[in-house]
Amino acid sequence: MRPETEADLAALIRDAGAPLSVIGGGTRLWPGEGQGARVDMTAMTGVTLYEPEALTLVVRAGTPLQTVRDTLAAEGQMLGFEPDDLPGSTIGGVAATNAAGARRVLAGAARDALIGVRFVDGQGQVIRNGGRVMKNVTGYDLVKLMAGSRGQLGVLTELSFRTTPLPQVTNTLQLRDLDAADAIHAFTVALGGPYDVSAARWTPDHGALIRLEGLRASVASRSAELARRLSDFGSLSQIEDHPWHRPAPAAADPAQDVWRIICRPSQAPTLLERLPQPMLLDWGGALIHVAMPRGQTPDLPHFAGHARRIAGQGAAILPPPDPVTDRIQRDLRDRFDPRGIFRGAR
Amino acid sequence: MMQMPVPDAAVMAQRQAIIARLQTALPGAVIDDPAETRAYECDALSAYRCAPLAVVLPETTAQVAQLLAICHEMRVPVVPRGAGTSLAGGSMPTADAVVIGLSRMTQVLEVSAQDRLIRVQAGRTNLSVSAAVEGIGFFYAPDPSSQLACAIGGNIAMNSGGAHCLKYGVTTNNLLGVTMVLMDGSIVELGGPMGESGGLDLLGVICGSEGQMGIVTEATLRILPRPAGARPVLIGFDSSETAGACVAAIIRAGIIPVAIEFMDSPCIRATEAHAHAGYPDAEALLIVEVEGTAPEIDEQLSLIRDIAMRFDPVEFRESRSEDESRRIWLGRKSAFGAMGQMGDYICLDGTIPVTALPMVLAGIGDLSRQYGLAVANVFHAGDGNMHPLIIYDANAPGDLDRAEALGADILRLCVQVGGCLTGEHGVGIEKRDLMSAQFDPHDLEAQMRVKDAFDPHWLLNAAKVFPLEVSAPRRDRRLNSMASDAA
Repeated sequence: MRPETEADLAALIRDAGAPLSVIGGGTRLWPGEGQGARVDMTAMTGVTLYEPEALTLVVRAGTPLQTVRDTLAAEGQMLGFEPDDLPGSTIGGVAATNAAGARRVLAGAARDALIGVRFVDGQGQVIRNGGRVMKNVTGYDLVKLMAGSRGQLGVLTELSFRTTPLPQVTNTLQLRDLDAADAIHAFTVALGGPYDVSAARWTPDHGALIRLEGLRASVASRSAELARRLSDFGSLSQIEDHPWHRPAPAAADPAQDVWRIICRPSQAPTLLERLPQPMLLDWGGALIHVAMPRGQTPDLPHFAGHARRIAGQGAAILPPPDPVTDRIQRDLRDRFDPRGIFRGAR
Repeated sequence: MMQMPVPDAAVMAQRQAIIARLQTALPGAVIDDPAETRAYECDALSAYRCAPLAVVLPETTAQVAQLLAICHEMRVPVVPRGAGTSLAGGSMPTADAVVIGLSRMTQVLEVSAQDRLIRVQAGRTNLSVSAAVEGIGFFYAPDPSSQLACAIGGNIAMNSGGAHCLKYGVTTNNLLGVTMVLMDGSIVELGGPMGESGGLDLLGVICGSEGQMGIVTEATLRILPRPAGARPVLIGFDSSETAGACVAAIIRAGIIPVAIEFMDSPCIRATEAHAHAGYPDAEALLIVEVEGTAPEIDEQLSLIRDIAMRFDPVEFRESRSEDESRRIWLGRKSAFGAMGQMGDYICLDGTIPVTALPMVLAGIGDLSRQYGLAVANVFHAGDGNMHPLIIYDANAPGDLDRAEALGADILRLCVQVGGCLTGEHGVGIEKRDLMSAQFDPHDLEAQMRVKDAFDPHWLLNAAKVFPLEVSAPRRDRRLNSMASDAA
């Protein structure tokens, strides 16, 4: 099924007798998602409004992320939350999964740039929320609820985003010799000072990477200042064109799963002691990607945050939601989708 | 005039029993003397007043849970209150409601420089959150102009903004987690590191829900390193259109200042007469502030100067010292006080696409003449969040009604050009009945579903946000639910 208009999609949902999964590019699915008949959103494309001077983009959900990036880049702008550039990814999928790249430490995630949605609920009803202005507290913020709801409450059809100017220059400070735990200490120094750090990531290949962006003289002065502050952390080099693109998380060994852990940076070193060497640390240490033997659950102490299997076999999240949260989530799903049409996404 | 529902007779009849239950649960925290409950009869929308049935001032999350469980069991409406600074009537009580106030919940529970967060009780004031982290070089970004008085719990309920949201976002972008008590007394933690819980973004939907989903008792807030410095420029123009075009050009050039404030000529003249800030006699005035180290500030201001010069400003005044910065901000910060000298006023906060600014300002001028009431504009231009101030005389019969009607027309204009009714103050009772101008019935129905999930009996702050006739079937269900419990 590949609806071409919102009205077609609404009719399709009204007529559906069995669970559906709504798929954009299918690039951000987690284990267990995408069950049942698939609704392919890639025919619903196009930019409906773009006002660079108002930092506003309105776009249909099936539009490829690449098209959005190109459209914005032509006017010197971008999506500030830097969604991972996965081939085939759609803007609807970016919103439905609340995607965020390295710039989350500065600019937040998709939810923070998303200012309006249109969606079709489980009854086939079209619903609007938010709008096209960045300050809006008129009624409840269903925009946030829909961002990251992964197709469980409705099908996003059109999205409004706040855009961000492309930085004039980018500079990356690299501390190649740091291990993951030490990198977190360096990130804390960088993110705790007035440097406007726009990314703080560690990988086994690169060590610690800290990015500064903005106007030329400003980046130069902040880089010099921050390099001085980090002089205790070993040899530091500066790279003008580090590729910050992040590939889809996949374990090098196909017999392994990938887990995504969200934690407080201060607790990350304790978690890292219990884990194999991570594939990636991002957001200053608040995000850990780690490969685990297939089917094995990481053995973690109690911590503020959660861990989820994002590649491999079977859905898994630790800890499971508390009973009150669980009840509210089930209740919301039932109210937006009383017939269980989006059950395939759960 | 706004209407409120008729108080629930069954609740009023039980008044003594309700107060007795509350007093047994929390001796010393209950206020029921009418002379004292009157202090809670309104918030900053002071044209509307109604003393509540009782007021309770708990000190802990567990106490809030205890109180809500009692009110839930007895089906008593509850109105949560932070500091009572809502401009929209968000904490205005009804006669059959128990007000649960957060004024005794002001503790700092945790500060972590490493995790860049602070955890506080929700009655703590906005400014004192920043004050608590100033010593370690941080600040809390959302800065509503009531920040000296307003409580974080109220900020979360209204998703408050401030002058610096163009760069730092509003409350929802700086909120990592909450402890919230639901109407049935259950306690839930929402959010988590990076604001993520691993499930649906319940934190995102309770922020801005105007106290209708639960009472937030504790909040974890993102704190940011204090910038090395900040400096404003003041730019005067001979027309509002030109000022609006200059704002668009600055943003178009890829510069995101921390603040771009706009004042029109009625506002400039009033503040000049009141505060003597030394503003030029211009038709429109921008205050643009940038942050960073001295070289960063110089670089940004030089770009802004180049852009502004293309628009032939009547004045371009760059601050060279702390004192000059203070003088540039002085008029803006005393604008509301200055308006107060001119008469009573209603402060609107509709948001518009910044590209519609000249058209909307002209439209407001037309409406102002049509109604015969002065309107002054002072607002956050970078994000399109307007603040038209309608000046009226509260003692002149019919003047408030006329001012409200003018306000409604201005907000309808904001919606027509693609904007919204409220950018940061909230709907409350003030804009409740205009919601149908912005939303279709299905859009409102979808929002009310969310309240159904959190507060199925519609006991929390229920006569707000949605037009009364739209929420009536759900609010009336409460009475039926009580009847069925009794049966």
